[in-house]
Amino acid sequence: MMLALEMYRSPAKFLAAKAVGGRIPGILTGPAAPLRLVTINEPKADRDGWARIRPILSGICGSDLGMVTGSTKLYFSAVVSMPFVPGHEIVGELLDDCEDLPKGTRVVMDSVLTCAARGVEPCAGCASGNTNRCDRITVGHVAPGLQTGFCQDTGGGWGNLLVAHRSQLYAVPDGLTDERAVLVEPLAGAVHAALRAKIQPGQSVLVSGAGAVGLFATLALRELTQAGRITVVAKHAKQRELARAFGASDVVAPDEVFRGVRRSTGAFRLKPDFGAGEFLLGGVDVAVDAVGSKDSIDTVLRVTKAGGRVVLSGMPASGADLSPVWFRELEVTGTYASAQLEVNGRPAFETALELAGRAPLDGIVGARYPLYRWREALDHAHSAGRLGTVKVAFDVRAS
Amino acid sequence: MSRPGFVLEVDDRTPPLLVHNGEGFLLERFPQGTRVVYPPEALPPVRDVDEAIQNALLHPIESEPLPELLRAGMRLTIAFDDISIPLPPMKKPDIRQRIIEAVLELAAQAGVDDVELISANALHRRLTPNELRDIVGERVFRSFFPDGKLYNFDAEDAANLTHLGQTRHGEDVEISKRAAESDLLVYVNVNLVAMDGGHKSTSIGLASYKSLKHHHNSHTMIHSRSFMDHKRSKMHESAWRMGEILTQHVKVFQIETTLNNDIFGGPLEFLQKREWEWSVKDQASFLAAKRGLAAAPAKLRHKIFTDTRSNYGLTGVHAGKIEPVHDKTLENVHRQHLVEVQGQSDVAIMGVPFIGPYNVNSVMNPILAACMGLGYYFNSYRGNPVVRKDGAVILYHPVDYEFSQLHHPSYVDFFEEVLAESTDPATIEAKFEKQYAEDPWYIHLYRTSYAYHGVHPFYMWYWISHALDHCGDIVWVGANRKTVERMGFRSASTLSDALEMVSHSVGRSPSITYLHNPPHLLADVR
Ligand SMILES: [Zn+2]
Ligand SMILES: [Zn+2]
Repeated sequence: MMLALEMYRSPAKFLAAKAVGGRIPGILTGPAAPLRLVTINEPKADRDGWARIRPILSGICGSDLGMVTGSTKLYFSAVVSMPFVPGHEIVGELLDDCEDLPKGTRVVMDSVLTCAARGVEPCAGCASGNTNRCDRITVGHVAPGLQTGFCQDTGGGWGNLLVAHRSQLYAVPDGLTDERAVLVEPLAGAVHAALRAKIQPGQSVLVSGAGAVGLFATLALRELTQAGRITVVAKHAKQRELARAFGASDVVAPDEVFRGVRRSTGAFRLKPDFGAGEFLLGGVDVAVDAVGSKDSIDTVLRVTKAGGRVVLSGMPASGADLSPVWFRELEVTGTYASAQLEVNGRPAFETALELAGRAPLDGIVGARYPLYRWREALDHAHSAGRLGTVKVAFDVRAS
Repeated sequence: MSRPGFVLEVDDRTPPLLVHNGEGFLLERFPQGTRVVYPPEALPPVRDVDEAIQNALLHPIESEPLPELLRAGMRLTIAFDDISIPLPPMKKPDIRQRIIEAVLELAAQAGVDDVELISANALHRRLTPNELRDIVGERVFRSFFPDGKLYNFDAEDAANLTHLGQTRHGEDVEISKRAAESDLLVYVNVNLVAMDGGHKSTSIGLASYKSLKHHHNSHTMIHSRSFMDHKRSKMHESAWRMGEILTQHVKVFQIETTLNNDIFGGPLEFLQKREWEWSVKDQASFLAAKRGLAAAPAKLRHKIFTDTRSNYGLTGVHAGKIEPVHDKTLENVHRQHLVEVQGQSDVAIMGVPFIGPYNVNSVMNPILAACMGLGYYFNSYRGNPVVRKDGAVILYHPVDYEFSQLHHPSYVDFFEEVLAESTDPATIEAKFEKQYAEDPWYIHLYRTSYAYHGVHPFYMWYWISHALDHCGDIVWVGANRKTVERMGFRSASTLSDALEMVSHSVGRSPSITYLHNPPHLLADVR
């Protein structure tokens, strides 16, 4: 038996029942709360290639919060299996030998549950190394679930034990602290997004959002591409400071995006009649949305130059106006998780492990909570930007 | 002869004194011993303006009379000062209208039919058709505007600029092609302060950025002491050198006019009286105006001020060769504005009013407020600044965060982007000026809308560089703390707080001079 946080109401039902909006404690303590702290059976690792892992630190990701607050799309409900233990950003210790990795190895985990993990013939995505595009995430000998942390059979990082397949695991170098290692999963996502942005040398980039996704995207863009000016949209003082430290050329407040991008790119700024949103003629070559809100997507679409590229890195809200995509012939690209074979010929996790070693990431895990203080933890994560925190994590061993 | 303006020392019988404070004013009690410098009273105006104009055109200085310069088949261009002067705008008819009509009449008599009229607005915003009409009058407007013969100068219209050469200092002289290729260029000027007129009219008013950047830069501005003394102003020296080149190519017939200090009439007449001379009626007017303004919604208050038109009496009109004409002008301007001030003081206090040269029919944004106080009024001296080196300047203005997107689009960006990085004129000049000057959107708005050129806020900032360099402390009373701090200044809620704040540099009992502007005065600091 083990202690774990369990998501026990289906997102669809939770969404339908959700009466309390806004603050997280209201949601978590209300009658419709979808999460509970329970003692449950440990997941089993009785097939080839599978091993048990004891999480050390386990991060709280925006998609976790979306699930808990019911703001996640219904789309998602078909690719999870209930109930499940959330948590896919982990650094942990192997409790069993796992093929070439001996028991005791510190590991990080690519959470996508691909064909390899499910024991089925590789789909086209997996065969080409684009494991994040796997089409078999609901079949095989593992219950449906796009990732560890959304799957009934595997357990997740918000519990005392989880199981993972060798194909998901990367050994952590000795010199890398747990606080840095727990960031490797989101960093891998940022590596993937930066490479998907296909930036030509000198191109200008806008990153909308300076939460963990936006900050790591900024870091990856600066490290892995030859981007010219990188402008980051940041709301809070600490975010502004970190954006600069992570490679932003300049930082603008949300209400300054049009002004700032127009200035830095020499674009023209137009304001249509009847209260329609303004837009630029000209603008950045590439924009990365790292928020997912309607406002953020509307903005990035309106400040990207004709023929430019827009990368959606946060789970997008509905209702954004797509006129600019049509009128400005934009290329819109999604980025989800990361691939085991990125366009630079390597797994995103390898690149991310290197980044985690050398980037200025001290203090990025700004708060650690034991599992039993999960309400505080989630509330803190929900208000992280305002509180000057980038990443909140569960200290699972302390639980 | 009118009475000279004079200097009063505050004692225990001195009433509170009026201070301009944006779109409003207040009564302030100054510390005893404060020296108050009042502008001189208005000089008596010329009695018959039309006769004076005729006289100037027919008996010019060091030039043939205008009729002798006019002949059929010639190309005649009349350029005139734009709406940045006078302040506030003049009641109709504008003096420029009367002169232009007189010039056109002589041209018609001579059979000249190729005539164009150009507003010499340099990098200022274009004038609207109504604003052009206000200056040249209905008749001239209707005869020339529809055919495109009355228009704003466009410093970004490369096809219509002519490079006349370089001065011996390597300064480019690039001006309006039409003006450069004219057989005669008549310039119609209005002089409110000693800074304007002379070679500044043509070689700045009709020039492009390429030409202007040689003197509109932080180095030149910091070494222009003062702008009101063209022999001690590096900017004017440069303009004069350019004028030499220009007049080698084009025959210029310069017409300059000077105005008196009769600015506020009617219910605002109390604004140009000394407080201890206020009649009961003046006191009532003050209270009514103050209460009315305080109660009026911002929009109405704004309208009351932008609608203000001044009487201004003409104190002189001179025509002919630029330099001797300008000498006469300066004589008149100095006669009106000079006030002798004995020695510098530790602190200078100034109220910044609602209007400046660059926000006519618009709003005074923070940069313009700074420029009005620290560029315009601070530099209104001859000899030495009113405040000693490392002394303090205390200004009154609300300095609201308020910008006109129509008139000042690049100012917003300058405030948000440039000043966030540095307030040092030389630093921002090196890092940002070129980008702003060449920004295609600003150029587009300057050419097709009513926006100041992208580089204009830099010029405003350079203009205050002498004050920034000279003063130890700059404190604004009653101003928006955030806007003032962005510009590198401090704010205080009251005068005594401001004096407290500057006491570490000027001591607890500093000598104080209050410059009771406007109307205009030019402190002749001995
Ligand atoms: Zn995640
Ligand atoms: Zn697959």
